[in-house]
Amino acid sequence: MSLDSAMPEEQKPEGVQGAGPAPNEPKQPADEAVPAEAPVAAAPVAAAPKPAAPPRPAPKPAAPPPPPPDWTGDLPDALKEEFGEKVSEFIAYQGQPSFVAQMDAAYEVVETLRDIHGFDYLVDVTAVHWPKRDEAFDIIYVLYSFDRNERIRMKIRIRDGQKPTSVVEIYETANWLEREAFDMFGVEFEGHPDLRRILMPDEWTGHPLRKDYGILNMDNRWVQENLGIESGQ
Amino acid sequence: MAETYLDSTELVLNMGPQHPSTHGVLRVIVKLDGEKVLGTDCVIGYLHRGVEKIGENRTYTQFAPYVDRMDYVASVSNGLGYCLAVEKLLGVEATPRAQAVRVILTELNRIASHLVWLGTHALDIGAITPLFYCFREREDVLNIFEKYCGARLTTHAFRIGGLQYETYEGFEKECLDFCDLFLPKADEYEELLTGNRIWVDRLRGVGVLSIDDCKAYGVTGPMLRAAGEKWDLRKAQPYSGYEKYDFEIPTGDNGDNFDRYMVRMEEMRQSVRIVRQAVAGLPEGPIMAKVPKVIKPPVGEVYVSIEAPKGELGYYIVSDGSTQPYRVRVRPPSFVNLQALKKMARGCLVADLVAIIGTTDIVLGEVDR
Repeated sequence: MSLDSAMPEEQKPEGVQGAGPAPNEPKQPADEAVPAEAPVAAAPVAAAPKPAAPPRPAPKPAAPPPPPPDWTGDLPDALKEEFGEKVSEFIAYQGQPSFVAQMDAAYEVVETLRDIHGFDYLVDVTAVHWPKRDEAFDIIYVLYSFDRNERIRMKIRIRDGQKPTSVVEIYETANWLEREAFDMFGVEFEGHPDLRRILMPDEWTGHPLRKDYGILNMDNRWVQENLGIESGQ
Repeated sequence: MAETYLDSTELVLNMGPQHPSTHGVLRVIVKLDGEKVLGTDCVIGYLHRGVEKIGENRTYTQFAPYVDRMDYVASVSNGLGYCLAVEKLLGVEATPRAQAVRVILTELNRIASHLVWLGTHALDIGAITPLFYCFREREDVLNIFEKYCGARLTTHAFRIGGLQYETYEGFEKECLDFCDLFLPKADEYEELLTGNRIWVDRLRGVGVLSIDDCKAYGVTGPMLRAAGEKWDLRKAQPYSGYEKYDFEIPTGDNGDNFDRYMVRMEEMRQSVRIVRQAVAGLPEGPIMAKVPKVIKPPVGEVYVSIEAPKGELGYYIVSDGSTQPYRVRVRPPSFVNLQALKKMARGCLVADLVAIIGTTDIVLGEVDR
């Protein structure tokens, strides 16, 4: 009942929305549930844009977030000393240490991290596509040290077509992880022993996790030839 | 053509994708000399659904149910990892009560996941009875899930910031009842298997992976612990209040199939301990932290991982400040652990390969995503 009484108020500014259910009532007089249900369904639709509109301008004038704190300690100092300009942006966003290495130094940095600093477990290798950036890909290495109980992230930025050095020789586990990054982003790793697709079919064209690869995109030719259907959709 | 003792020729054989012991659609290309495995290559991706791509095209809230579909026998753990990652991005923490309920459900799910593993693995080895015993006890866990959130497998039990539902009437008692019931049952499984001559012969000394191998291949979870490394993310980097609970990390010595079995058996008992403590200390209070209706984390990126039943399950989420994640990366334990198969299987027999795939405990939904 409260909803019914609220309806006229909501319909006043809309008009068009309210007119929709009204002509339906005389058409189906036998079913009394229909007019009761219709306003209920219409109410949230009409109400939805109203509360959504005011909060929108509110967060925008808010000050930009403060830059994340620097990552300080022995490890960043040691890395800076050894690699100088080639490592930078030591930050600890949400308490998670990370830094950026230049592509040509990445292999040596990872090797040093394992051999000297004890990061003996490569957790993950993945990529992020930033099509608007000149250096269109971030390659992210997540490393963990059992002795130090510390997890760090190393990031390298590469242009489309550049080939970072594979770290399979340092960590066996990078084999499949780099294959997946290649499969999903088309990033080729120099010196990878077996750089094939891993999740997508071998003959597939395109790299699905690139931002220019739409969610409905697919390799139509492959789908038609191998699945015998016109489209996967 | 390799010259061997019997002058036999090498044979390349496809195991799968439809093979009962691969627990899904895993295809292993095996190179054989007689019955000896010379090398393996895994062909995966049959269940690839593009979960990470879907994540980029859904809001943070909308994506939460999708993560349950990865490791579908441990969906609660998947959800926990995702919620923790988004909460980290937002800078919020679940309320104490929500954390405790999360721990209870996650540990129950760990037991359920290990039970599925134990039952199906025993079936692979030729012991049929344990499957029915395991699924009988697992049913009790699933009933608790069903009563709590209405779903049994893909539960979507948690929400970003806490829980959607308050626990039902009698939740604590049913959890404790299950704990009381389960411990003798675990002894019963062990009675059937641990001393069983066939079981021991099939598992002991097969599929050995040393600590160094595990680290090189990034293998985590019970497989790493079976090799002797006392490492569990619940202890190493506690989340969701695990530092409050008293439990042991079981380890093995040899890193073979048998140790993996023993580690998982003991882990289930430890999970019971955690559930009992969590139920006993279940705090009162709200179940939802202050989280905005529309989840819009600030620009940034986090990597958050949890100890899932199969190993380290990580979420790397990049936020561009909008309502949809810019990039969601799932670091699946099954995918990484499966890679070590080539190391474990080299030199073993075909029948042992089945046992090794079994104790690796993979779920193809998570391998392929």
